[in-house]
Amino acid sequence: MRNAFAAEITALAEADERVVMLSADIGNRLFDNYKARFPNRFFNCGVAEANMMSMAAGMAFSGLRPVAYTITPFITTRCLEQIRVDVCYHNVPVTIVGVGGGLSYASLGATHHSCEDIAFLRVLPHMTVICPGDALEVGQALRAAINHDGPVYIRLGKKGEPVVHQQVPEFTIGKAIILREGSDVCLLSTGNLLPTAMRAAEELESGGVSAQVVSFHTVKPLDEALLAEAFSKFTVVATLEEHSLLGGFGGSVAEWMADQLRPPRARLCRIGTADEFLHEAGGQAYAREYFGLTPESIARKVLDMHGATAADQVPEVTV
Amino acid sequence: MRVAESQRVDLAELEMQARLIRAKLAEMSHQAKTPHLGSSLSCVDILVAAYWGVLAIDPGKPADPDRDRFILSKGHAAPALYAALAYKGFFPVELLDTFTQAGGRLPEQPSPGCVPGMEAATGSLGHGLSLGLGMALAGRLQERQYRIFVAMSDGECNEGSVWEAAMLAPAHGLDNVAVIVDYNKWQATGRSNEIMALSPFRQKWEAFGWSASEVDGHDLDALVSAMSNVPDGSGKPVAIIAHTVKGKGISFMEDDNNWHYRSPNADELRQARVELGLV
Repeated sequence: MRNAFAAEITALAEADERVVMLSADIGNRLFDNYKARFPNRFFNCGVAEANMMSMAAGMAFSGLRPVAYTITPFITTRCLEQIRVDVCYHNVPVTIVGVGGGLSYASLGATHHSCEDIAFLRVLPHMTVICPGDALEVGQALRAAINHDGPVYIRLGKKGEPVVHQQVPEFTIGKAIILREGSDVCLLSTGNLLPTAMRAAEELESGGVSAQVVSFHTVKPLDEALLAEAFSKFTVVATLEEHSLLGGFGGSVAEWMADQLRPPRARLCRIGTADEFLHEAGGQAYAREYFGLTPESIARKVLDMHGATAADQVPEVTV
Repeated sequence: MRVAESQRVDLAELEMQARLIRAKLAEMSHQAKTPHLGSSLSCVDILVAAYWGVLAIDPGKPADPDRDRFILSKGHAAPALYAALAYKGFFPVELLDTFTQAGGRLPEQPSPGCVPGMEAATGSLGHGLSLGLGMALAGRLQERQYRIFVAMSDGECNEGSVWEAAMLAPAHGLDNVAVIVDYNKWQATGRSNEIMALSPFRQKWEAFGWSASEVDGHDLDALVSAMSNVPDGSGKPVAIIAHTVKGKGISFMEDDNNWHYRSPNADELRQARVELGLV
């Protein structure tokens, strides 16, 4: 995802001279091509994210389209108040890009994990929250963000994740993308768990349960039309995220459910990280295993709920 | 061309504006029962020097892309900025009478674009300078000649983000940016040099790479001179440490930090108006 971001920001800067990039002293060599072509439109702001975020807002006040970039916890939590006041309160087009979302940088320790950022940012008025599912969605998401007249947060993984889309998808903010059709359960995946969601669907399929997979790239605003359809059609709708179960994508869908006039047919199965810091060493694969974010573990949880739901519904059918 | 270079500043006119604004602030605080009167009074001369003597601005064209920008980073003194903008002609003076009224346009601290001429919604301290740096870098890219003036409080300099910004500006040679610190030696609950080690204050800014000077923050002539001299030829951003008195202009409020939170009663308002020569 990281390389896709670097390539797309270079292309966007070529096409639109309002595009400027701010980095908090990361992206060594990653932006060499951008910097060579647009040396005046790259600002290394040092390890000073609060100042960087307010500066980005000041640039947006003046008609530019700034993209502020660093590692996820530092571009979101470290400067949350600057995002809230300078970017969101003023409702200016700053694109905030976090690299290393969720457990991408698990090996660096919990200071570099980011399992709370969706929760922090989605509650801010005017903020749009996008978690692209693969490198092809990254490019499209960035393009959409730059052309959006308000604040956007884009949550990236790292580099080298599997590409799921066969071709560049049609991308609209707030409109989820169906990647695999299914008829029993529905897996709504946001962000870098998309390849895992596809594998979980295969796992379910091999157990005789047909699973739909959706890349639910925009956490805010929610694609309510798709939610309404999914919750009326399937036994289980599962939310998948490399983020805490508190306040993230699953929490957001649970809020949506609670607000419906009639109880939706489907059960909601939230899958994400637990309410704890991971103290142990280990890479992303280990961290995912620790939090039950493997295809097998996801399939098992969904299957359990599907079984319970199907059993519940038997008496109604026989009446 | 800079306004200040092309026009002679009438100091008597500036002093009159300052007295009018101070009286209005006392009245607004009395009517609305709002705090921060001492903080507002201490920066009145800075605002008057800027708006009547320095800034290249046109109240009829508040969004002119080439205008000088003035950011009141100490947003709790917003009544002083509201009054300055109103008397300068950005909006009708009568609007000041709606200060803090429910559903009105003038909250205790400004909302974005609440009135023409309001460059930023401030109130959370330590944001204004960074916003100004973003504006300065944008102006450079867009080849505009405007300057950015950021008025801060001494208490505000407790915020770490101020010093992040202070380190960045000289690295980019942003000599069209000026900070004016309303150095009234008080913050909300105590002496600013006892709560944090602010001193040596000018030397701090110098050590951060700024061209720093100290002025009497109630000497309109000195303020106009210092602010007009931006950029000052050093290639560095400019820090003007303006020594001020909290509550300035109303004797019984001067240097009394109770007026960070108190608002004047009718008798005190009357006395203030007498002292300001408006009765």
